[in-house]
Amino acid sequence: MPEFSGILFLSTSLLTVKPSCMSKIGVFICHCGENISATVDVVKVAEEAGKLEGVAFSTDYKYMCSDPGQTLIKQAIKDKGLTGVVVAACSPRMHEPTFRKACAEAGLNPYMCEMSNLREHCSWVHDKSDATTQKAIDLVRTLVEKVKHNKPLYNIKVPVTKTALVIGGGIAGIQASLDIANAGHKVVLIEKDPSIGGHMSQLSETFPTLDCSQCILTPRMVEVAQHPNITLLTYAELEKLEGFIGNFKATIRKKAKSIDEKLCTGCGLCTTKCPTKKIPSEFNTGLGFRPAIYVPFPQAVPNKPVIDKLNCQYYLKGKCKVCEKLCPTGAIRFDQEDELVEMEVGAVVAATGFNVMEPSGFPEYGYGKYKDVITGLQFERLASASGPTLGEIRRPSDGKIPQKIVFIACAGSRDPAKGIPYCSKICCMYTAKHAMLYQHKVHGGESYIFYMDIRAGGKNYEEFTRRAIVEDEVNYIRGRVSKVYEENGKLIVKGVDTLLNAKPVEIEADMVVLASAAIANPGSEELAQRMHISYDAYNFFSEAHPKLKPVETNTAGIFLAGACQAPKDIPETVSQASGAAAKVAILFSQNELSREPVVAVVNRSPAPLYSTCVGCFMCATACPYQAISEKLITDRKGNVIKRVAKVNPGLCQGCGTCVAFCRSKSIDIDGYSNEQMYSEVMALLNND
Amino acid sequence: MTEFEPKIVAFVCNWCTYAGADLTGTSRIKYATNVKIIRFPCTGRIDFMLLLKAFGEGADGIIVSGCHPNDCHYTSGNFHARRRWIMFRGLLDMLGIDVRRIQYSWVSAAEGAKWADIVNTTVNAIRDLGPYTDYAKVAGYLEKEAEV
Repeated sequence: MPEFSGILFLSTSLLTVKPSCMSKIGVFICHCGENISATVDVVKVAEEAGKLEGVAFSTDYKYMCSDPGQTLIKQAIKDKGLTGVVVAACSPRMHEPTFRKACAEAGLNPYMCEMSNLREHCSWVHDKSDATTQKAIDLVRTLVEKVKHNKPLYNIKVPVTKTALVIGGGIAGIQASLDIANAGHKVVLIEKDPSIGGHMSQLSETFPTLDCSQCILTPRMVEVAQHPNITLLTYAELEKLEGFIGNFKATIRKKAKSIDEKLCTGCGLCTTKCPTKKIPSEFNTGLGFRPAIYVPFPQAVPNKPVIDKLNCQYYLKGKCKVCEKLCPTGAIRFDQEDELVEMEVGAVVAATGFNVMEPSGFPEYGYGKYKDVITGLQFERLASASGPTLGEIRRPSDGKIPQKIVFIACAGSRDPAKGIPYCSKICCMYTAKHAMLYQHKVHGGESYIFYMDIRAGGKNYEEFTRRAIVEDEVNYIRGRVSKVYEENGKLIVKGVDTLLNAKPVEIEADMVVLASAAIANPGSEELAQRMHISYDAYNFFSEAHPKLKPVETNTAGIFLAGACQAPKDIPETVSQASGAAAKVAILFSQNELSREPVVAVVNRSPAPLYSTCVGCFMCATACPYQAISEKLITDRKGNVIKRVAKVNPGLCQGCGTCVAFCRSKSIDIDGYSNEQMYSEVMALLNND
Repeated sequence: MTEFEPKIVAFVCNWCTYAGADLTGTSRIKYATNVKIIRFPCTGRIDFMLLLKAFGEGADGIIVSGCHPNDCHYTSGNFHARRRWIMFRGLLDMLGIDVRRIQYSWVSAAEGAKWADIVNTTVNAIRDLGPYTDYAKVAGYLEKEAEV
């Protein structure tokens, strides 16, 4: 081995490690039936391993993971007084927990056991040869050297605060809150709008049953408000989230409602007398108006108004105060300010929902130019009994009942060029529903749907779209729309029917409804960053695993529910919300959490050095979990002697990025320490 | 004369490439025996000093492999690793270290075949380059420079 000490190489030279002679390692070579022994000479591997310095016992056995195999290991630990164990068998991703548990049962610290992967990384990928056996010997030797530098580690125990924070009061947040609360745990539900209910409260009827959305939702909303375990904070947003699983500290911004909620009885006098009445209603998607002091919709929970500061005459011009004069209980508070509330929570459920894309990026459809070109969500309000037209389908421009209506599916979805490449998933179904509702409400009316494909995968979904076609005689035209323009008071929709040899189609419609794409909520990117969870290219929150961890995030203790993860319909949203709630309940079923002790540690030593850390905090910039903070070392008088980094083992996930970043090699990671890794490198290459 | 058998060390992350190499095994895809894997929690953990140590100990080639961008189990460890590689590549090259001997790649837990492919391609490439005897020369020169 060449010796060198150039500046660049200094640290490697320093880190040349001498194997401990005190070790008594046991090596256990598994045949895995014939999986390993067919290509690797296991007897020879065991024999060679036995010759290694520090190896006290070496043997081979047909099935190490079997009961007799594990007993063999346990017996050897006791009889030979082993200080470390190497099991050379399958992948550690498969059986590491098994063998660590066996070691622990024999009184050896489980983290003194390592696995050498002779099956997936050797016997299965090579043919029978001397080279294969030699590789197996090399792999075993490498792990033996590692184990010599292992040290006993103990699982980290952290307490659990049994309160969940649910962000978002749509159907996802409502369902998750109710489930967690019914499991006997405290829930804080925050909603950014003045009322809970979310998009579902805006819908008219729901597919595939056509039952009224509000009729099934509002009882749930009331249940949330009345549940003893749920604290409901509306008009509130997450400001900051710190901490880690079981021990989060959330800062909630309670936006000023300008109302004393305790005094307000919700009589509604203020909302009827407010002089500023012509503000487009968010709830009615701009199709109706609301006053500056308002309750978003009649069934709102809580049913108490808020003052919209951006539109209130008093806030704009300093005059008015009509509501204050009229309020019978004196509940108006113009001087109220945003309040920041800090709370301890053990788990977080993100249920922030989705948004609908403004189809203004598609000038060919004429949205924004023609009043009677509306979005699907606007149509929901028109069809809703509580909507601006009390459930009658009327044109926004002149209030006439449209005799011919065109629905354009995929307005933005599945359009990598101008819209979004993914399928919004809900539009096929709601467009069929819209057409059906139209046919039910406007007798003799004609409806047309331009579509790309009908995606009706779901229980009773295909039957539903069939019903629209067969029973309600909705005309489905497979093809895209090239242009919508106005002529003689009609909206001319020009499209193509691809099932009729691309025959051009022209429809003189009275109204056009665009199934605009479902997109992530604005601000979801910032919110994800605030919660330290990952999000995808479209700003939807990412699950920890697309198949097996669909409600978890990469940050332990934070779960997902509903359309904040990807577009979803109501049944799917509710299922996921219940899934997230179950995950929270599992977490809260224990008083403390036990986790693997693979975490980074900053070295400490006696005075006068204290630590080799120089306080550059490169590690803190590298850490993806904000686990590294500053620690001041002081003398008895309290004078600061040194400023060093400190790792919070609760937050650290054990990636080790800080270790590679550290300039003075002062930070190390248990389980993958510098000593262990350098020993592995040296052992692997020195086979002569 | 027997053919030169290069010694190659693979530094891989636990979550993607290690699992990918496991899949190569489960799928029984064969590859050369020259490459031996050392498991790290994340490519972010892989200090370049370890790579130099490997060369110092006689490695002829090195593979560093982890999760694809955006797939990191720890959110951003692989980005740090990538940035570090971009920085060090230039630096190592300037010092006279043969950067062709370091193969940097991304192999996901689903890319068993890709892992076998990377191993075989790297082994062939290193075999063509021959034993890395120059490293000792470079290190010796740098040592002398440092003493002056």
